[in-house]
Amino acid sequence: MIESFTDGLNELARYIIPALIVGIPLYAMAARRVKVYEVFVEGAKDGFTIAVRIIPYLVAILVAVGMFRASGALDVLLNLLAPFLNFIGFPPENLPLALMRPLSGSGSLGLLTDLVNEYGADSMQAKIGATMFGSSETTFYVLAVYFGSVGVLRSRHAVPAGLFADAVGAISAVYLCQWLLG
Amino acid sequence: MLNYIWMGMILIAVVVGTFTGRIDQVTQAAIDMAKLSVEIAIGLVGIMALWLGIMKIAEASGLIRIIARLLRPITIRLFPDVPEDHPAIGSIVLNMSANMLGLGNAATPLGLKAMEELQELNPDKKTATNAMVMFLAINTSSVQLILPATVVALMGVVSADIFITTILATLCSTIAAIIIVKVLEKTKWFRLTPAPEGEGGDR
Repeated sequence: MIESFTDGLNELARYIIPALIVGIPLYAMAARRVKVYEVFVEGAKDGFTIAVRIIPYLVAILVAVGMFRASGALDVLLNLLAPFLNFIGFPPENLPLALMRPLSGSGSLGLLTDLVNEYGADSMQAKIGATMFGSSETTFYVLAVYFGSVGVLRSRHAVPAGLFADAVGAISAVYLCQWLLG
Repeated sequence: MLNYIWMGMILIAVVVGTFTGRIDQVTQAAIDMAKLSVEIAIGLVGIMALWLGIMKIAEASGLIRIIARLLRPITIRLFPDVPEDHPAIGSIVLNMSANMLGLGNAATPLGLKAMEELQELNPDKKTATNAMVMFLAINTSSVQLILPATVVALMGVVSADIFITTILATLCSTIAAIIIVKVLEKTKWFRLTPAPEGEGGDR
Protein backbone atom coordinates (compact mmCIF):
# COMPACT_ATOMS: atom_id res chain seq x y z
CA MET A 1 0.00 0.00 0.00
CA ILE A 2 2.81 2.36 0.94
CA GLU A 3 4.49 1.44 -2.30
CA SER A 4 1.55 2.40 -4.48
CA PHE A 5 1.15 5.59 -2.48
CA THR A 6 4.76 6.65 -3.09
CA ASP A 7 4.44 5.67 -6.74
CA GLY A 8 1.32 7.81 -6.96
CA LEU A 9 3.07 10.78 -5.38
CA ASN A 10 6.04 10.46 -7.69
CA GLU A 11 3.69 10.12 -10.64
CA LEU A 12 1.87 13.28 -9.56
CA ALA A 13 5.19 15.09 -9.15
CA ARG A 14 5.90 14.66 -12.86
CA TYR A 15 2.96 16.91 -13.68
CA ILE A 16 3.57 19.65 -11.15
CA ILE A 17 6.18 21.64 -13.08
CA PRO A 18 4.33 21.60 -16.41
CA ALA A 19 1.10 22.45 -14.53
CA LEU A 20 2.75 25.44 -12.86
CA ILE A 21 4.37 26.65 -16.08
CA VAL A 22 1.06 26.64 -17.92
CA GLY A 23 -1.32 27.27 -15.02
CA ILE A 24 0.14 30.49 -13.63
CA PRO A 25 0.32 32.37 -16.96
CA LEU A 26 -3.08 31.00 -17.96
CA TYR A 27 -4.71 32.29 -14.78
CA ALA A 28 -2.88 35.61 -15.07
CA MET A 29 -3.95 36.11 -18.66
CA ALA A 30 -7.53 34.84 -18.42
CA ALA A 31 -8.50 36.27 -15.04
CA ARG A 32 -6.30 39.34 -14.71
CA ARG A 33 -5.43 40.32 -18.28
CA VAL A 34 -1.72 40.25 -17.47
CA LYS A 35 0.55 40.68 -20.51
CA VAL A 36 2.18 37.34 -19.80
CA TYR A 37 5.02 37.39 -22.32
CA GLU A 38 6.16 40.87 -21.40
CA VAL A 39 5.96 40.23 -17.68
CA PHE A 40 7.78 36.90 -18.01
CA VAL A 41 10.73 38.50 -19.80
CA GLU A 42 10.78 41.32 -17.26
CA GLY A 43 11.09 38.81 -14.41
CA ALA A 44 13.52 36.50 -16.20
CA LYS A 45 16.00 39.38 -16.62
CA ASP A 46 17.05 38.99 -12.99
CA GLY A 47 18.13 35.38 -13.52
CA PHE A 48 21.58 36.27 -14.72
CA THR A 49 22.37 38.93 -12.12
CA ILE A 50 21.29 36.75 -9.22
CA ALA A 51 23.22 33.71 -10.46
CA VAL A 52 26.37 35.75 -10.99
CA ARG A 53 25.98 37.53 -7.66
CA ILE A 54 26.27 34.26 -5.72
CA ILE A 55 29.60 33.26 -7.32
CA PRO A 56 31.98 34.80 -4.73
CA TYR A 57 29.98 33.31 -1.84
CA LEU A 58 29.87 29.88 -3.48
CA VAL A 59 33.60 29.95 -4.17
CA ALA A 60 34.33 30.88 -0.55
CA ILE A 61 32.15 28.15 0.96
CA LEU A 62 32.74 25.35 -1.54
CA VAL A 63 36.53 25.83 -1.56
CA ALA A 64 36.64 25.64 2.26
CA VAL A 65 34.37 22.57 2.30
CA GLY A 66 36.33 20.92 -0.52
CA MET A 67 39.68 21.45 1.21
CA PHE A 68 38.24 20.18 4.50
CA ARG A 69 36.96 17.01 2.83
CA ALA A 70 40.12 16.36 0.85
CA SER A 71 42.36 16.67 3.91
CA GLY A 72 40.82 13.69 5.67
CA ALA A 73 39.67 15.92 8.54
CA LEU A 74 36.35 14.09 8.53
CA ASP A 75 38.13 10.90 9.64
CA VAL A 76 39.72 12.79 12.51
CA LEU A 77 36.31 14.16 13.50
CA LEU A 78 34.91 10.63 13.20
CA ASN A 79 37.45 9.28 15.67
CA LEU A 80 36.81 12.12 18.09
CA LEU A 81 33.07 11.56 18.02
CA ALA A 82 33.17 7.76 18.13
CA PRO A 83 33.00 7.26 21.93
CA PHE A 84 30.01 9.58 22.30
CA LEU A 85 28.19 8.01 19.35
CA ASN A 86 28.75 4.48 20.61
CA PHE A 87 27.24 5.65 23.86
CA ILE A 88 23.98 6.82 22.24
CA GLY A 89 23.83 3.77 19.96
CA PHE A 90 24.59 5.57 16.70
CA PRO A 91 25.75 2.98 14.11
CA PRO A 92 29.39 3.74 13.13
CA GLU A 93 28.74 2.80 9.48
CA ASN A 94 26.35 5.74 9.13
CA LEU A 95 28.52 8.35 10.80
CA PRO A 96 30.55 9.41 7.73
CA LEU A 97 27.32 10.12 5.86
CA ALA A 98 25.87 12.07 8.77
CA LEU A 99 28.98 14.27 8.92
CA MET A 100 29.18 14.68 5.15
CA ARG A 101 25.52 15.57 4.59
CA PRO A 102 25.66 19.26 5.60
CA LEU A 103 28.93 19.75 3.72
CA SER A 104 28.44 18.22 0.31
CA GLY A 105 25.54 16.86 -1.70
CA SER A 106 27.63 14.86 -4.16
CA GLY A 107 29.93 13.63 -1.38
CA SER A 108 27.05 12.31 0.70
CA LEU A 109 25.41 10.71 -2.32
CA GLY A 110 28.71 8.92 -2.95
CA LEU A 111 28.75 7.64 0.63
CA LEU A 112 25.14 6.46 0.34
CA THR A 113 26.05 4.61 -2.85
CA ASP A 114 28.91 2.94 -0.97
CA LEU A 115 26.53 1.83 1.78
CA VAL A 116 24.11 0.33 -0.76
CA ASN A 117 26.92 -1.43 -2.61
CA GLU A 118 28.52 -2.81 0.52
CA TYR A 119 25.51 -3.86 2.56
CA GLY A 120 22.71 -4.01 -0.03
CA ALA A 121 19.71 -1.71 -0.39
CA ASP A 122 17.72 -3.91 1.99
CA SER A 123 20.20 -3.54 4.88
CA MET A 124 19.57 -1.39 7.92
CA GLN A 125 22.73 0.60 7.17
CA ALA A 126 21.45 1.56 3.72
CA LYS A 127 17.94 2.34 4.98
CA ILE A 128 19.29 4.63 7.69
CA GLY A 129 21.65 6.22 5.18
CA ALA A 130 18.91 6.85 2.64
CA THR A 131 16.65 8.31 5.32
CA MET A 132 19.44 10.63 6.43
CA PHE A 133 20.15 11.67 2.88
CA GLY A 134 16.51 12.34 2.04
CA SER A 135 15.67 14.16 5.24
CA SER A 136 18.37 16.80 5.10
CA GLU A 137 19.90 19.38 2.83
CA THR A 138 23.43 20.53 2.10
CA THR A 139 23.40 23.22 4.78
CA PHE A 140 26.58 25.07 3.79
CA TYR A 141 25.65 25.19 0.11
CA VAL A 142 22.16 26.52 0.83
CA LEU A 143 23.66 29.10 3.18
CA ALA A 144 26.15 30.32 0.58
CA VAL A 145 23.55 30.53 -2.17
CA TYR A 146 20.71 32.08 -0.17
CA PHE A 147 22.67 34.61 1.85
CA GLY A 148 25.06 35.23 -1.02
CA SER A 149 22.27 36.16 -3.41
CA VAL A 150 21.41 39.20 -1.29
CA GLY A 151 24.92 39.95 -0.05
CA VAL A 152 24.31 39.06 3.59
CA LEU A 153 27.66 38.51 5.32
CA ARG A 154 26.76 38.15 8.99
CA SER A 155 24.79 34.94 9.23
CA ARG A 156 24.18 35.18 13.01
CA HIS A 157 22.71 31.90 14.31
CA ALA A 158 22.11 30.34 10.88
CA VAL A 159 25.04 27.91 10.99
CA PRO A 160 24.60 26.59 14.55
CA ALA A 161 20.84 26.28 14.01
CA GLY A 162 21.31 24.48 10.68
CA LEU A 163 23.88 22.06 12.07
CA PHE A 164 21.75 21.37 15.15
CA ALA A 165 18.78 20.54 12.91
CA ASP A 166 21.01 18.29 10.81
CA ALA A 167 22.14 16.43 13.92
CA VAL A 168 18.56 15.99 15.10
CA GLY A 169 17.63 14.76 11.63
CA ALA A 170 20.49 12.23 11.53
CA ILE A 171 19.78 10.88 15.01
CA SER A 172 16.05 10.61 14.38
CA ALA A 173 16.81 8.82 11.09
CA VAL A 174 18.69 6.17 13.07
CA TYR A 175 16.03 5.68 15.73
CA LEU A 176 13.08 5.85 13.32
CA CYS A 177 14.60 3.19 11.05
CA GLN A 178 15.54 0.92 13.93
CA TRP A 179 12.08 1.33 15.43
CA LEU A 180 9.89 1.16 12.30
CA LEU A 181 11.95 -1.03 9.97
CA GLY A 182 13.92 -3.14 12.46
CA MET B 1 30.41 33.34 13.00
CA LEU B 2 31.11 32.58 9.36
CA ASN B 3 34.53 34.18 9.68
CA TYR B 4 35.51 31.65 12.34
CA ILE B 5 33.94 28.68 10.58
CA TRP B 6 35.55 29.55 7.28
CA MET B 7 38.97 30.17 8.78
CA GLY B 8 38.64 27.04 10.92
CA MET B 9 37.79 24.79 7.99
CA ILE B 10 40.69 26.00 5.87
CA LEU B 11 43.14 25.90 8.76
CA ILE B 12 42.09 22.39 9.80
CA ALA B 13 42.24 21.26 6.18
CA VAL B 14 45.82 22.44 5.70
CA VAL B 15 47.04 21.19 9.08
CA VAL B 16 45.36 17.78 8.82
CA GLY B 17 46.30 17.53 5.14
CA THR B 18 49.95 18.08 6.06
CA PHE B 19 49.88 15.34 8.70
CA THR B 20 47.97 12.82 6.57
CA GLY B 21 50.15 13.52 3.53
CA ARG B 22 47.12 14.61 1.53
CA ILE B 23 48.25 18.18 0.97
CA ASP B 24 48.23 17.72 -2.83
CA GLN B 25 44.60 16.65 -2.71
CA VAL B 26 43.81 19.67 -0.54
CA THR B 27 45.37 21.98 -3.11
CA GLN B 28 43.58 20.23 -5.95
CA ALA B 29 40.25 20.42 -4.09
CA ALA B 30 40.62 24.18 -3.64
CA ILE B 31 41.17 24.66 -7.36
CA ASP B 32 38.46 22.21 -8.42
CA MET B 33 35.84 23.66 -6.11
CA ALA B 34 36.57 27.22 -7.24
CA LYS B 35 35.89 26.09 -10.80
CA LEU B 36 32.85 24.06 -9.80
CA SER B 37 31.31 27.06 -7.98
CA VAL B 38 31.24 29.07 -11.17
CA GLU B 39 29.83 26.13 -13.13
CA ILE B 40 27.05 25.73 -10.58
CA ALA B 41 26.24 29.44 -10.63
CA ILE B 42 26.24 29.70 -14.41
CA GLY B 43 24.17 26.51 -14.60
CA LEU B 44 21.58 28.28 -12.47
CA VAL B 45 21.12 31.18 -14.90
CA GLY B 46 18.58 29.51 -17.19
CA ILE B 47 16.54 27.86 -14.45
CA MET B 48 16.57 31.07 -12.44
CA ALA B 49 15.36 33.06 -15.44
CA LEU B 50 12.55 30.58 -16.10
CA TRP B 51 11.19 30.58 -12.55
CA LEU B 52 11.70 34.27 -11.94
CA GLY B 53 9.72 34.92 -15.11
CA ILE B 54 6.89 32.65 -13.99
CA MET B 55 7.02 34.21 -10.53
CA LYS B 56 6.71 37.71 -11.97
CA ILE B 57 3.54 36.60 -13.73
CA ALA B 58 2.24 35.05 -10.51
CA GLU B 59 2.95 38.30 -8.73
CA ALA B 60 1.33 40.48 -11.39
CA SER B 61 -1.80 38.34 -11.31
CA GLY B 62 -2.12 38.63 -7.54
CA LEU B 63 -1.64 34.87 -7.02
CA ILE B 64 1.27 35.35 -4.62
CA ARG B 65 -0.82 37.64 -2.44
CA ILE B 66 -3.66 35.11 -2.35
CA ILE B 67 -1.32 32.29 -1.32
CA ALA B 68 0.32 34.48 1.30
CA ARG B 69 -3.06 35.32 2.82
CA LEU B 70 -4.17 31.67 2.88
CA LEU B 71 -1.19 30.56 4.96
CA ARG B 72 -1.11 33.58 7.21
CA PRO B 73 -1.93 31.62 10.40
CA ILE B 74 1.29 29.62 10.06
CA THR B 75 3.60 32.22 8.58
CA ILE B 76 2.71 34.92 11.11
CA ARG B 77 4.16 32.70 13.85
CA LEU B 78 7.28 31.71 11.94
CA PHE B 79 7.98 35.18 10.55
CA PRO B 80 6.44 37.68 12.96
CA ASP B 81 8.59 40.54 11.61
CA VAL B 82 7.29 40.24 8.05
CA PRO B 83 4.06 42.14 7.27
CA GLU B 84 1.33 39.59 6.68
CA ASP B 85 0.64 40.23 3.01
CA HIS B 86 4.19 41.14 2.02
CA PRO B 87 5.24 39.38 -1.21
CA ALA B 88 8.08 37.66 0.70
CA ILE B 89 5.51 35.47 2.45
CA GLY B 90 4.13 34.32 -0.90
CA SER B 91 7.60 33.45 -2.19
CA ILE B 92 8.48 31.65 1.04
CA VAL B 93 5.32 29.55 0.85
CA LEU B 94 5.96 28.70 -2.81
CA ASN B 95 9.58 27.78 -2.06
CA MET B 96 8.49 25.47 0.76
CA SER B 97 5.84 23.85 -1.42
CA ALA B 98 8.40 23.25 -4.15
CA ASN B 99 10.76 21.72 -1.58
CA MET B 100 8.04 19.47 -0.19
CA LEU B 101 7.31 18.16 -3.66
CA GLY B 102 10.99 17.53 -4.33
CA LEU B 103 11.17 20.20 -7.04
CA GLY B 104 14.70 21.32 -6.22
CA ASN B 105 15.09 23.17 -9.52
CA ALA B 106 12.09 25.35 -8.85
CA ALA B 107 12.75 25.70 -5.13
CA THR B 108 16.09 27.55 -5.41
CA PRO B 109 14.88 30.41 -7.63
CA LEU B 110 11.75 30.79 -5.48
CA GLY B 111 13.90 30.81 -2.35
CA LEU B 112 16.24 33.43 -3.75
CA LYS B 113 13.26 35.56 -4.68
CA ALA B 114 12.05 35.26 -1.10
CA MET B 115 15.49 36.28 0.20
CA GLU B 116 15.45 39.33 -2.03
CA GLU B 117 12.06 40.37 -0.68
CA LEU B 118 13.17 39.73 2.90
CA GLN B 119 16.22 41.89 2.21
CA GLU B 120 13.90 44.80 1.35
CA LEU B 121 12.66 44.69 4.94
CA ASN B 122 16.17 44.47 6.36
CA PRO B 123 17.53 47.68 7.92
CA ASP B 124 21.11 46.33 7.91
CA LYS B 125 21.76 44.78 4.51
CA LYS B 126 24.85 42.87 5.58
CA THR B 127 23.32 41.16 8.61
CA ALA B 128 20.71 38.40 8.42
CA THR B 129 17.30 39.16 9.95
CA ASN B 130 15.41 36.74 12.19
CA ALA B 131 13.09 35.96 9.31
CA MET B 132 16.02 35.17 7.00
CA VAL B 133 17.62 32.78 9.46
CA MET B 134 14.27 31.07 10.11
CA PHE B 135 13.68 30.72 6.38
CA LEU B 136 17.16 29.32 5.82
CA ALA B 137 16.91 26.87 8.70
CA ILE B 138 13.58 25.50 7.47
CA ASN B 139 15.10 25.18 4.02
CA THR B 140 18.22 23.32 5.10
CA SER B 141 16.23 20.93 7.26
CA SER B 142 14.33 20.11 4.06
CA VAL B 143 10.65 19.36 4.49
CA GLN B 144 10.05 16.69 1.91
CA LEU B 145 7.06 14.60 0.89
CA ILE B 146 8.68 13.03 -2.14
CA LEU B 147 11.92 11.10 -2.03
CA PRO B 148 14.76 12.55 -4.10
CA ALA B 149 15.00 10.82 -7.46
CA THR B 150 18.60 9.85 -6.68
CA VAL B 151 17.50 7.96 -3.56
CA VAL B 152 14.73 6.13 -5.43
CA ALA B 153 17.20 5.16 -8.15
CA LEU B 154 19.66 3.81 -5.57
CA MET B 155 17.24 2.03 -3.26
CA GLY B 156 14.81 0.52 -5.77
CA VAL B 157 11.85 -1.25 -4.15
CA VAL B 158 13.17 -0.46 -0.68
CA SER B 159 12.23 3.18 -1.37
CA ALA B 160 8.72 2.42 -0.17
CA ASP B 161 10.11 1.44 3.27
CA ILE B 162 12.13 4.57 3.75
CA PHE B 163 9.35 6.85 2.54
CA ILE B 164 7.76 7.04 5.99
CA THR B 165 11.04 7.22 7.91
CA THR B 166 12.26 10.04 5.67
CA ILE B 167 9.11 12.11 6.19
CA LEU B 168 9.23 11.58 9.94
CA ALA B 169 12.97 12.35 10.17
CA THR B 170 12.53 15.50 8.11
CA LEU B 171 9.66 16.52 10.38
CA CYS B 172 11.86 16.05 13.45
CA SER B 173 14.69 18.12 11.97
CA THR B 174 12.36 20.90 10.82
CA ILE B 175 10.70 21.17 14.24
CA ALA B 176 14.17 21.16 15.83
CA ALA B 177 15.25 23.90 13.40
CA ILE B 178 12.26 26.11 14.21
CA ILE B 179 12.72 25.73 17.96
CA ILE B 180 16.50 26.29 17.95
CA VAL B 181 16.17 29.39 15.73
CA LYS B 182 13.55 30.89 18.03
CA VAL B 183 15.74 30.14 21.06
CA LEU B 184 19.05 31.33 19.59
CA GLU B 185 17.69 34.57 18.11
CA LYS B 186 17.09 35.86 21.64
CA THR B 187 20.45 34.87 23.13
CA LYS B 188 23.06 37.55 23.73
CA TRP B 189 25.45 36.10 21.14
CA PHE B 190 23.03 36.27 18.25
CA ARG B 191 20.52 38.95 19.22
CA LEU B 192 20.05 41.77 16.74
CA THR B 193 21.41 44.94 18.27
CA PRO B 194 19.17 48.00 17.81
CA ALA B 195 21.95 50.04 16.22
CA PRO B 196 23.24 47.93 13.35
CA GLU B 197 26.62 49.62 13.22
CA GLY B 198 29.89 47.93 14.08
CA GLU B 199 29.74 44.26 14.83
CA GLY B 200 25.95 43.93 14.80
CA GLY B 201 26.07 41.36 17.58
CA ASP B 202 27.96 38.78 15.56
CA ARG B 203 31.14 38.57 13.60
